[in-house]
Amino acid sequence: MTARAAVLLASVVAATALVACASTLEIPVETPIQPKIDTSPFDRVLVAGFVAGGSEDVDGNLETVRLLRSQLRTKSNLKVIESDVIPLAEMMADQGRSAGETAAPAIDPKLLPKQIKDEKDLEAYDPLFANAAYWKKIGEEFQGPLIVTGSVLFAPSASSGFVQRDREVIDQYGRRTVEPVRTYMERKGFVLRPKFVFIDGRTGKVIDSEIFREAVLYNQGQETPALSSYFELMDRVVPAFLGTLSSQKIRGTRVLLK
Amino acid sequence: MRKSMLFAVLVLAVSAPLALAGGPRKEAHAQVQFGIDVAQKGLWKEALYRWEKAVEIDSSYAAAYNDLAVAYEHEGMFEKARKAYDKALALDPTNSSIRQNYDYFKEINDRASRRPPR
Repeated sequence: MTARAAVLLASVVAATALVACASTLEIPVETPIQPKIDTSPFDRVLVAGFVAGGSEDVDGNLETVRLLRSQLRTKSNLKVIESDVIPLAEMMADQGRSAGETAAPAIDPKLLPKQIKDEKDLEAYDPLFANAAYWKKIGEEFQGPLIVTGSVLFAPSASSGFVQRDREVIDQYGRRTVEPVRTYMERKGFVLRPKFVFIDGRTGKVIDSEIFREAVLYNQGQETPALSSYFELMDRVVPAFLGTLSSQKIRGTRVLLK
Repeated sequence: MRKSMLFAVLVLAVSAPLALAGGPRKEAHAQVQFGIDVAQKGLWKEALYRWEKAVEIDSSYAAAYNDLAVAYEHEGMFEKARKAYDKALALDPTNSSIRQNYDYFKEINDRASRRPPR
C-alpha cells in the first residue's frame, strides 16, 4: 500500500465516520400544552356574562359571551350551555332600586359607578366574583357547570409621539430605495382589558382568574369600526383563554440525531 | 513518506472505531435508528422506548439523549425532556442541533408555564 493510498483510505473512513456522526433528520412534532385549570370535574361550561364598559359602540358583555361560547364550542371538550346572557352590571345597579332580591351579589349599589369608563370603575365590581353564594345559586340552575364570567373593558385610547415610517426615495438614476423617517403622529385606537374568572358552579368558589391587556393604535385618517377593533384585540387573547381550559398542541419541528 | 504512513495509521486508529465500532455504541445506535424509523411513522411511544434503551446501553451517547428529549417533549413530559436535553448538551456542548431543539423546547415550556399579569 502506498502512502497516498493509505491517506486516501484513511480519509474515506474518517469521512464516513463523520457523516455517520453528523446525520440529522428534521421531524414534525406536536407538543401538548396542558390546560392551566383542571376541568375534569366538569362536562359543561356556562359563559354567564361579563361586567362590561368603556365604549358605547360595542356591547362588551354580549359580544364577549358570544365569542367565547363559539370558541369553546369548537375548541374544547366541554359542552357549552346556551342560556340568556346575564347583564351583571345592570342587574347590580337595579339591586339598589329593588330591595329584597335573594340572589343579590353582596355589593352596595351606591358604591358602583354610574358608568364604567376605566379599570378603576371595574374594580368596584370585583366583590361580585368572590360571592360564592351568588354563583352557587347560578350553578344550581345549570347542574353545577364550570362558570366563566369576569369583566371586559373596551375603551378608546389615543397616543401621540414620534413614529418611524419607511419612505420610498427615487434617486437621479431612477433607483428606488427605502429609508426610515421619524414623523410626529397623533394616533387613535382602543384598549381591551378582559378579566376572565373561572368559578366552580358546584361550590360557587373562584378556581382561577386571568387578566389580559391588549391595545391597538391606528394612524390618523384610518377609520376602523370599534367592533372590528374589538375582534382584532380579542383574537390575540382568545388562544390564552382557551389554553386555560383545554389542552392545546403546538406544532413545530425538531432535529433527530443518529 | 514514513510520516504520511504514520499519519494514515493514526487517522485509521482514531476513526475506524467510530465508523465500524461494535459494542455498546453500535447496539445503542441500532436502537436510535429504529426509534427514528418508528417516530417517522408517528409511533412516538415505541420511539421513546427505543431511545430510553439506547441511553441505557450507552450513557455517553448525546444523540440518543437528544432524540429521547424530543420524544418526551412530544409526549408532554417536559421535566424529563429538560433533563434529557441537559444531558445531551453536557455530552456534546457544541452541537447546534441539540442547542436549537432545546431553545424551541424552552420557548414552548416557558409559554406553557407563563401566567398573564394579574
